Amino acid sequence: MSIDQSKIRNFCIIAHIDHGKSTLADRIIEMTGLLTSREMQAQVLDNMDLERERGITIKAQAVRVIYKAEDGEEYIFNLIDTPGHVDFNYEVSRSLAACDGAILVVDAAQGIEAQTLANVYLALDHNLDVFPVINKIDLPSADPERVIDEIEDIIGIEAQDAPLISAKTGLNCDQVLKSIVQKIPAPLGDKDAPLQALIFDSLYDSYKGVIVFCRIKEGRVSKGTTIQMMATKATAEVVEVGYFGAGQFIPTDELSAGMVGYITASLKNVKDTRVGDTITTKENPCKEPLPGYKKVNPMVYCGMYPADGAKYPDLRDALEKLQLNDAALQFEPETSIALGFGFRCGFLGLLHLEIIQERLEREYNLDIVTTAPGVIYKVYKTNDEMIELTNPSNLPEPTEINYMEEPIVRAEIMVTTEFIGQIMDLCQERRGVYHGMEYIEGTRALLRYDLPLNEIIYDFFDALKSRSKGYASFDYEMKGYEKSELVKLDILINKEEVDALSFIIHADTAYERGRKMCEKLKDEIPRQLFEIPIQAAIGSKVIARETVKAMRKDVLAKCYGGDISRKRKLLEKQKEGKKRMRQVGNVEIPQKAFMSVLKLDKD
Amino acid sequence: MVKQDLEIYIHIPFCAKKCGYCDFLSFPQYDIAYVPALIREIKNANLEGGQIKEYRVKTIFIGGGTPSILKGEEITAILQQVYDTFEVAKEAEITIEVNPGTITKEKFTSYMKAGINRISMGLQSTNNHELKELGRIHTYEEFVSNYELARNVGFTNINIDLMSAIPMQTIKSWKETLERVVALSPEHISAYSLIIEEGTSFFDKWEKGLLSLPFEEEERQMYYDTKEILKQAGYNRYEISNYSKKGYECKHNIGYWKRVDYIGFGLGAASLIHDKRFTNEANLKCYLQTISNQITKTHQNVQILSQKDQMEEFMFLGLRLTEGVSMKEFQKLFHDEFETIYGIPSKRLTQQGLLETKEGRVCLTEKGLDLSNLVMSEFLL
Repeated sequence: MSIDQSKIRNFCIIAHIDHGKSTLADRIIEMTGLLTSREMQAQVLDNMDLERERGITIKAQAVRVIYKAEDGEEYIFNLIDTPGHVDFNYEVSRSLAACDGAILVVDAAQGIEAQTLANVYLALDHNLDVFPVINKIDLPSADPERVIDEIEDIIGIEAQDAPLISAKTGLNCDQVLKSIVQKIPAPLGDKDAPLQALIFDSLYDSYKGVIVFCRIKEGRVSKGTTIQMMATKATAEVVEVGYFGAGQFIPTDELSAGMVGYITASLKNVKDTRVGDTITTKENPCKEPLPGYKKVNPMVYCGMYPADGAKYPDLRDALEKLQLNDAALQFEPETSIALGFGFRCGFLGLLHLEIIQERLEREYNLDIVTTAPGVIYKVYKTNDEMIELTNPSNLPEPTEINYMEEPIVRAEIMVTTEFIGQIMDLCQERRGVYHGMEYIEGTRALLRYDLPLNEIIYDFFDALKSRSKGYASFDYEMKGYEKSELVKLDILINKEEVDALSFIIHADTAYERGRKMCEKLKDEIPRQLFEIPIQAAIGSKVIARETVKAMRKDVLAKCYGGDISRKRKLLEKQKEGKKRMRQVGNVEIPQKAFMSVLKLDKD
Repeated sequence: MVKQDLEIYIHIPFCAKKCGYCDFLSFPQYDIAYVPALIREIKNANLEGGQIKEYRVKTIFIGGGTPSILKGEEITAILQQVYDTFEVAKEAEITIEVNPGTITKEKFTSYMKAGINRISMGLQSTNNHELKELGRIHTYEEFVSNYELARNVGFTNINIDLMSAIPMQTIKSWKETLERVVALSPEHISAYSLIIEEGTSFFDKWEKGLLSLPFEEEERQMYYDTKEILKQAGYNRYEISNYSKKGYECKHNIGYWKRVDYIGFGLGAASLIHDKRFTNEANLKCYLQTISNQITKTHQNVQILSQKDQMEEFMFLGLRLTEGVSMKEFQKLFHDEFETIYGIPSKRLTQQGLLETKEGRVCLTEKGLDLSNLVMSEFLL
């Protein structure tokens, strides 16, 4: 069966979070009849429970639908859903590279947000034809005129004829389908050229092995073809090719230039099929790989420990399984005096970290204690050696350090003008360097700051939202490393250093954070038989101190009429609480104390 | 045949008014169907496998709520049914709880006639402001005249309940309460610290920050003053919160801590018979209905105690008594050395200064008494 290239449309939907990307995707799937509305589970493309709950897309997804146009022609739509978060920027860029065009969804009430811009620029960088759609026009606060002006003024793309839709109710969504045919170009590419296919995602399936999601740029691939990944050099024989139904894989005979589909081959590890890599054939390789491949490296590190030390092997198994599907996740064993055996794990960002943590807890039923997340610091030693530091405990002695560097990001923050002051204050507190501001439509502004990554990985996003009453949006990209005055802040509990609580921080903010940590720990550590000093120190210098007073009295009230059930419950609760404690020296520290210090900035 | 000891608890779940701190099973509306139902329950007493014949009753405790809200004849009728159904020892300790606001001379007289020999009076404080704050319906002066009434009628074993760390209380006012009570020379004093329990009106106020409670330091001082003042006055602390003159320890309560068998009658009452614990239906309407249908199955949550449960109870109940638990008795009951089962925690707690061993008995130290929950939780297996 030969498919006419001119009847294929490969596209994605780009939007700021919550502007209705997934809802529009669902609507397209429903209207093209792939699923009846009864079969539709809301947001078909977000497979994981976590994705549905958080309303975010974590893994790229794709679906193929058939659209019957008014003139009777049938078109194949390949909709590629991209992850919607800055942590997964690289995955987004690869998904875009697999498309020929993009639908830009903008919320009719909120207008353009930081991620809208970031995503549009990314799409334009990939030479995609972008057409806008104004969504949520059923909202009372919808102001499509203003949003159309914004799109034209700020992004500079034609928006006067943008479909005004409600993806939720289905209003005017048929116009979107028509626009896809008219405004998104058909794919190009020679079916008879050597195979050149772009990997935009891959996942591990326990039956099929690795399933590679790809876009065929040139040539063709079918069962039996020996393929090779150009960057990882892995080779394998193709077992099956096919395209994406709704939530299922539908095998077909061949994938050829212009098509989007999947390949399964005798591959056991997603590490062999890196996103962005180019697939070609062993016998007749293409001349050069597709541009843009890079190996994604973790940006944020933290220690992950099983709450129950005996679950260490379970945690390792779970991380290995997650890694099968997530090549960006890295981990290696480490030991902490306070927390025992665990892993130092690397993530793309804080969201990625949170997702992994939640998946470990939900899908693998593990209770996890994490240490404060940190970034990779470059430590230049006096002996001219440079080490990349991911675990604060490994920081060399101060005398061996010449200087240190920390990663800096370029951030764009979009905010309504009334909150500019508050947001600038926030960026200032986080050691931001101001790089200018643009006004948009007179009511909003785009602020540009360079910010140290370690200042935004904790709770920057929460602080941004709370200080702007939810009106600010934020996006960033890596800028590089810069020299910085960094120190290691240690926490001593009952005079003993708790390695799991140490972290690297800028000298100017160390005092403040040390004080807050001590205060927080004082609240979290229950009273014990003796007084417990909690100190924050830099080297041998104590910069903050709190004390947990000794417990003097813990007696139960009346045990009335011989009903001892309540007393037993209370004692059991007390015993259970004790089990969840970590022994550091002779002090018992509850697990949640380790986590509580991660969230300090609640103004 | 040597008969086994049995204790009887009878619950009267009514009060003139619910106090702000109270989370016991009691209601401010009296239900006239209750006493007949209670009498019927005692008549058809169900010991979940235990035989009435094998027991001799050593203590009876009529608690509440406020038992003194009932008429004297009603109490008499209830006790008469107990005497008809059970063999009650001549020397049995028979206690009734009274509220100084609902008691009269006539009631005291009929209690005496019905065989009651111990009176437990809920005073809580001698400060009228504090009493009002607690939601008590009586004044200190009313209490004193009723206390004297009880003495005049001939009661020679009286307990007074007190409560520290209550709203508005100061170290000074608590000392005054203790001194005034000691001056009355009751045989027994129960002194508890207020605990804010969920589901009480105090809890709601406390959550909203509307309850002005003594500071922690003050509360601790009150606790130490209690021990000191009562000791000075010749009261022996035989249990964490209970003090008495020599020979006037509350036998009924000690029975709970020593795991003597007991049967509870009335709404929500708890029982321990052999290795079974069970409680009565706790919903008044259901309770009355069950009894009137002559179904004697009022027991719920019948729990058969495992050896482990029994060991744990033996420890955490027994340690409430200042004399502690006997290691020999432990071995006799469970056919396991105390050392084998509890060697590790008892050694650790001893090192921490919370536990001590004297003449084959393991007991809490002074510090251990203060931190009893912490110690007891270590004996859960």
